[in-house]
Amino acid sequence: MRLKCPLCGERDRREFYYVGDAIALDRPTPDAGDVAWDDYIHNRDNLAGVTRDLWYHESGCSAWLVVTRNTVTHEVLSTALASDVKRGAAK
Amino acid sequence: MRVEGKGLINRDTRVGFSFDGQRYTGFEGDTIASALLANDVRLTGRSFKYHRPRGILTAGSEEPNALMTVGEGPSQSPNTRATTQDIFEGLVARSQNNWPSLKTDILSVNDAFTNFLSAGFYYKTFMWPRSFWEKVYEPFIRRAAGLGALSGKHDDDRCEKAFAFCDILVIGSGPSGLIAALAAARAGADVILAEEDSRFGGRLLTETYTLDEKPGHIWVDEVIAELEAMDNVRLMHRTAVTGAYDQGTYGALEQVSNHLAAPHADAPLECFWRIVAKQAVLCAGAIERPIAFPMNDRPGIMTASAVRAYLNRWGVVPGREVAVFGNNDDAHRTAHDLAAAGVKVAALIDSRPDADVSGDFPVYTGAEVVDTKGRLGLSEVQIRTASGTETLKTDCLAMSGGWNPTLHLTCHMNGRPIWNDSIAAFVPTPNMVPGLDVAGAAAGVFSTKGALKSGLFRAKKALDALGIKTPSIPLPKAEDAAYNITPLWQVAGKGRAWLDFQNDVTTKDVKQAAAENFASVEHMKRYTTQGMATDQGKNSNVGALAVLADATGRAIPETGTTTFRPPFTPVSIAAMGAGGRGKGFAPERFMTSHAATVERAAPMIEAGLWYRPSYFPRPCETTWRQSCDREVEMVRESVGIADVSTLGKIDIQGPDAAAFLDFVYTNTFSTLKVGRTRYGLMLREDGYVMDDGTTARLGEHHYLMTTTTAAAGPVMRHLEYVHQCLCLDMNVRFISVTEQWAQFAVAGPKSRKLLNTILDAPIENESWPFMACGPVTLLGVDARLFRISFSGEHAYEIAVPARYGDALFRDLLARAEALGGGAYGMEALNVLRIEKGFITHAEIHGRVTAFDIGMERMVSAKKDCIGKPAAARPGLVDPERERLVGIKPIGEVKQLVAGAHLFNPNDEAVRVNDQGYVISVCYSPTLDSNLGLAFLKNGPARHGETIMMVDHLRRLEVQCEVCHPVFLDKEGEKTRG
Repeated sequence: MRLKCPLCGERDRREFYYVGDAIALDRPTPDAGDVAWDDYIHNRDNLAGVTRDLWYHESGCSAWLVVTRNTVTHEVLSTALASDVKRGAAK
Repeated sequence: MRVEGKGLINRDTRVGFSFDGQRYTGFEGDTIASALLANDVRLTGRSFKYHRPRGILTAGSEEPNALMTVGEGPSQSPNTRATTQDIFEGLVARSQNNWPSLKTDILSVNDAFTNFLSAGFYYKTFMWPRSFWEKVYEPFIRRAAGLGALSGKHDDDRCEKAFAFCDILVIGSGPSGLIAALAAARAGADVILAEEDSRFGGRLLTETYTLDEKPGHIWVDEVIAELEAMDNVRLMHRTAVTGAYDQGTYGALEQVSNHLAAPHADAPLECFWRIVAKQAVLCAGAIERPIAFPMNDRPGIMTASAVRAYLNRWGVVPGREVAVFGNNDDAHRTAHDLAAAGVKVAALIDSRPDADVSGDFPVYTGAEVVDTKGRLGLSEVQIRTASGTETLKTDCLAMSGGWNPTLHLTCHMNGRPIWNDSIAAFVPTPNMVPGLDVAGAAAGVFSTKGALKSGLFRAKKALDALGIKTPSIPLPKAEDAAYNITPLWQVAGKGRAWLDFQNDVTTKDVKQAAAENFASVEHMKRYTTQGMATDQGKNSNVGALAVLADATGRAIPETGTTTFRPPFTPVSIAAMGAGGRGKGFAPERFMTSHAATVERAAPMIEAGLWYRPSYFPRPCETTWRQSCDREVEMVRESVGIADVSTLGKIDIQGPDAAAFLDFVYTNTFSTLKVGRTRYGLMLREDGYVMDDGTTARLGEHHYLMTTTTAAAGPVMRHLEYVHQCLCLDMNVRFISVTEQWAQFAVAGPKSRKLLNTILDAPIENESWPFMACGPVTLLGVDARLFRISFSGEHAYEIAVPARYGDALFRDLLARAEALGGGAYGMEALNVLRIEKGFITHAEIHGRVTAFDIGMERMVSAKKDCIGKPAAARPGLVDPERERLVGIKPIGEVKQLVAGAHLFNPNDEAVRVNDQGYVISVCYSPTLDSNLGLAFLKNGPARHGETIMMVDHLRRLEVQCEVCHPVFLDKEGEKTRG
């Protein structure tokens, strides 16, 4: 498997550390309530299809990436710097 | 028997080798198989189950029968296919799966009980009594079955692994592969041409075809010479592409030196490649199918294409009177090639009544082979024709049931092939592996001209995808014979008809599986073991599922195939795991004090990849406890030195460094004064403790964080996550400086006295109070001094650039020893911290909260931080949670054990009464008592209570008193002294 780091180019997956759903970008406010926090920390849909995950280019540039891929076809649909995604979402 | 004037072997170089102790001679260019056949050796192995005599069936990597153990001693290599292993001077090969010898194999008695040993025999037979499973049945079955064995000794033969990259990967170098590689190369693309054989050319080496009126192999040599001269081409022969993976990654196994008598000392045996290709063209050819006729497994019965290959490529004919049996026109070539070479063709038997056959040899159409004879090798076959049966004397039967495209790689990402009636075979479904296209025989295009056209077309498609223009390439003139076939899956008759030769699966077994309702192809496979041999069904899958289709009244496409999985050919674990052996699996990280520590005979223990000293033994000491107790007393009474460089050190700088730390730590760091250090606690977002450590403020915008040894990597990752994903507008940067600084603890009442002998400017208690930090110079070297303590003593940590670490450690030790102190190791460090109730990752093991370790007040009420909202959940602040306490034995038995559980004195020691567990224990020489840290339900409210520590494994029941987790100097007076 290969991922395209926006900073370093296409690299083997062994250079990356996988953490899970990119929902981790959307931290609720401290007073958002139990439901919001449980959804943020624990509740995950185990989708067969398109997922958005956070990966860390640990053996490369230390960038956190949002990787959109299809777990059925194994296609990597896009990769982006998590900070860019976050900025885009904030706008 | 060798045939003069034929073959691509080098007859000027003779090569001596041995098989089962017998010496033979072959020529350079021979495989073990071709050399044995040249020496008239037909019996090469025994089958898996019935121990039937078996000979060479094929001339390629699909060989199921001629598996041998090559080499001797630790590096012997079992299950080597004689058809792919080149001979070299002194090669030693041995047959497998027989006793006492290949010719007289006692277990061939199994063959007489064939009626009992049919499919499912083991499942049905070895059921009772249950106690026999492990002690009787399994050892017996394992001894009876099985192929070659490893030596069981350590093998030092090295393997390697590597990455390669290209625009276009061409897999296979027959006509389609060569033309594809040539087109891609001339177009200027980066090309890798991978060929599993020792020589490029594929079937062009084994047929008598001409291309542009030249012998096929001459055309091959010309193309290879052109490719070799190009910088953008990498030719990889002896390299089998074994798997297709995501994003254009292919696994490939290169045989680097196991065909050489005297390989270069630095050469690996094999190399496992990961080839990354933007586009790939699979030109893997096709594999000929055997025919399931009665008693079709005798040595001397081979595929027709193999017989042709041995004749044309190696100048060997596997018999003196060869018969050919087939259901397609291609089989006729074998008879014609043999006849042209002057070999006697006993008969050409074609199952099709309407077959168009001519030749200067007996021809039977509409005929089938219905029986064979010859105990250790074929001697005659019986033919059934329209007019009756005939017996024919022959010592070699070349059979052809048609060809199966080698489409395995196209199915490695869950693809399934589709059935093509016109060639009676499965062909690849397009686009099953992104970027992989198929050409030539692998795509079901069997003529040479067709293969060339197909190769060029697929290469052009690959080049188009890359935006590269394809140059015009004239195709050489080549044969374009039609491929006519009428399926013949099994021949009716009395005897057993084998499908899977290695695993002894016959048509009867498949039918029995169907009758017992193992009718799905996946169930039939597992019930009969068909296709589970080392050839993974390359010879038998299609035949077996055709028989299954017939037995279940379904069509072949409806019956379907089993799943194709990598690897295409066997890959040794040694090659896949190259570099991961021994210390390669877990590289060693050494502290700068390592040499000095080892010189002092300190036993080392692993902490992650680091090596740290357990203790520093003195000559009179015979147990670790003696050393440990002494080192603890030394720190408490004079001064001890310990290397603490393994702790993670993260340099944090930027205008928002303070605000950032306020967010990742539960407590506040923006209020920390420059020149001061503070203990910090870090939570995960789910509210549990992640790590702890001290962080020093070196400047207004400059902090130095320390992490625990184990969490250095995860904390660094976490900080980057918080910054890039949550606080991206904060102006702050981090870098790990763990290995840039050597850091030593100088602990004990005499610590300042020692330091003042090396500091260029001496310090006082007032000028450098507890938790002070800052730059100093010692002996002229810039250093950092931190007044922090993990022992509870008046202590410091001094850090110097790593290059001074060894010198400073030795210097500190000498000065400490002059003051009655010395070095201390991890054991003493552990005792010192337990006495003080300081936590390590033993306590913060991932399931405890700040509340559990009594640090809930460190979670600042004034600000948000990672983990704070979740830590406030009711379940995480329940007083009944297991929370940190100290325990001391108060009864007769004094032993404490980490991992033991706690129970109320009058309760039965069973799970439902569990009150908590012990996490860290030590003997404290300072207090002359065993001490334990434990997690106890509602612990802080239970100080003074009596609790029972129970260890069922060691049969211990120890009466303990619950106490405060800080056993010594609760007020911390000593650290401030």
